[in-house]
Amino acid sequence: MNSRQKILDNIEKNKPAFVSLPDTKNLFATGNENVVKKFSEVLESISSTVKKVNGWQDIPDEISGLKNNGNYVLNAVEEINNDREIIINKTKDELEKSDYVFIKGEIAVAENGAVWVTEKNAANRLLPFICRHLCLIIDSKNIVHNMHDAYEKIKIDETGFGVFISGPSKTADIEQSLVIGAHGALDLTVYIIQ
Amino acid sequence: MKEAIINHAQSAKQFNTDEARVNWHDETLWMVRSKRDKAAKSVEEWETLRSLASSVKEHTLSNLNEYLIEFEKQANKNGVKVYWAADAKEHNEIVLKIINEEKISKVVKSKSMLTEECHLNKYLEQNGIEVVDTDLGERIVQFRKEIPSHIVLPAIHLKKSDVSETFNQYLGTEKNNTDPQYLTSAARVHLREKFLSSEVAITGVNFAIAETGAVVVCTNEGNADMGVHAARVHIASMGIEKIIPKANHLGIFLRLLARSATGQPITTYSSHYHRAREGASMHIVIVDNGRSRQLANENFRNSLKCIRCGACFNTCPVYRRSSGHSYHNAIAGPIGSVLAPNMDKQKNYDLPFASTLCGSCTNVCPVKINLHEQLWKWRQLLTEEGYVSVGKKMMMKIMAFVLSYPLLYQIAGKSARFALTYFPFMLKIKKINPWYVNREMPQAPKQSFTSWYIQHKK
Ligand code: SF4
Repeated sequence: MNSRQKILDNIEKNKPAFVSLPDTKNLFATGNENVVKKFSEVLESISSTVKKVNGWQDIPDEISGLKNNGNYVLNAVEEINNDREIIINKTKDELEKSDYVFIKGEIAVAENGAVWVTEKNAANRLLPFICRHLCLIIDSKNIVHNMHDAYEKIKIDETGFGVFISGPSKTADIEQSLVIGAHGALDLTVYIIQ
Repeated sequence: MKEAIINHAQSAKQFNTDEARVNWHDETLWMVRSKRDKAAKSVEEWETLRSLASSVKEHTLSNLNEYLIEFEKQANKNGVKVYWAADAKEHNEIVLKIINEEKISKVVKSKSMLTEECHLNKYLEQNGIEVVDTDLGERIVQFRKEIPSHIVLPAIHLKKSDVSETFNQYLGTEKNNTDPQYLTSAARVHLREKFLSSEVAITGVNFAIAETGAVVVCTNEGNADMGVHAARVHIASMGIEKIIPKANHLGIFLRLLARSATGQPITTYSSHYHRAREGASMHIVIVDNGRSRQLANENFRNSLKCIRCGACFNTCPVYRRSSGHSYHNAIAGPIGSVLAPNMDKQKNYDLPFASTLCGSCTNVCPVKINLHEQLWKWRQLLTEEGYVSVGKKMMMKIMAFVLSYPLLYQIAGKSARFALTYFPFMLKIKKINPWYVNREMPQAPKQSFTSWYIQHKK
């Protein structure tokens, strides 16, 4: 008998009597909380920068500013002029040279500062992780109260890969001292479109 | 009298020879526990979330074979190859075969307690594969040829001076530079090179979604994603108990996991892998290794609900003062002590005794595993089966007697105070700690309970 069948048979034999699944629809309905305020506060508490902008049209100015300072910027945001064609075809070694990266977030979560970024948003799966400075852009309309609301809104298998990103990469593995900037981005800026 | 290979009490005694270090270990973990409390309190519906998480897991275990089949079907639809391993050996062989088929010799690995349990690194290295652990804490212990001492904080037994020494030796960092920022940067540079040159990435799995065939991995460092997206081949190893039925259940579990683990509202990255990108491949190895056996036992099957948050470690007075290596098992702490005897009673019979049964683990567990009751059950079982020495047996008898007479509890007052007074394996934290010194009865206060017991027993 192969292992698959052996494992499944053992489970069938050993599992407890059937217990029904609790209802988990519409958990903890959203109150009147100001989600933009809460989201910004949480982000700041996890070493991230929040910038409020009026619209997508403000993003190219930010990008030109960074470029003028000598930074290598890659922009994956479909709403504006972007570098998606270039990003898709870049090797990992080339991507590693990126200083700033701009990516649109689909949904953001007020309770924990997380932004849902899909493969489609990023153009290249490696991009949000390999860059030095990550810039995510979120429309304030797409900020929800908690994780339950977030999972109601997103379709997680729409693309092959999706990730909630909350803050810059970090570690406390050396004596529990918090160090911002581990293997992923060294810092995170979230632009909220008002 | 049978003795464990390396007895917990003996190793703990050794760890306790460096008092400053023990105190630091104790206090630091308590700080992590306090952060967890603060995070939990900030969520109004915390207790409801715990109950829901526990019920979802309970349901899942009662239908586990069906969910695994559904998961496999969905994963296959996503173009993912699914493998089944009955034990550690088969798991390791499957992983090696995938790597060899791709003709690759360098592998990066992100945190996976399952691969620790299977001793995958050793196996791959013996077969000529270079394995690099990429979680910072795991890389540190890997350099030192140690195993993680904590499932969430792998290098918590080490001080920054130890890390500095290790990095000086292996990465050429400045001698005596102990700045965590500096040391972390050195590791970043070192591991970036590994990420860019490795074509296979192995990850663990935090949750596997039956409905969509996804595996979800949570990290703070970003190492799982750096590894997976830079590689051509992704191998994810998961225990059969990682399944959850639906994507929306993640809402419950992700709200609990990081808050319970470190007090963060969520980990930096919660990555959902459904399909490999173009030109890459994804493989999932589903491992039993004793889990389906644990499922059979109604006393212990709840341990399969564990989401590996580490909260029970941080709160445990024995763990905090004995450190993970004392448990001589890939998973230490209260949950490790519940899981280990199922794997090997002879080797691990001492672990259920590495507890004060204070119940703090049960109180913090986000999926409501009755850890201290299970430890107590194991003690009874292991004693009955003759794994435990005579002295410990007597203690157990007394304890069983006391616990079966609620009135005695009332007479004696609050149970915690009672236990501290009458049971030698109840800790006197900070001062003398009889736990480590072979569990003799401390001075019997006032009227001796033992004599009372002897008088009244049949
Ligand atoms: S047993 Fe509970 S508290 Fe301990 S690691 Fe598992 S989930 Fe966390």
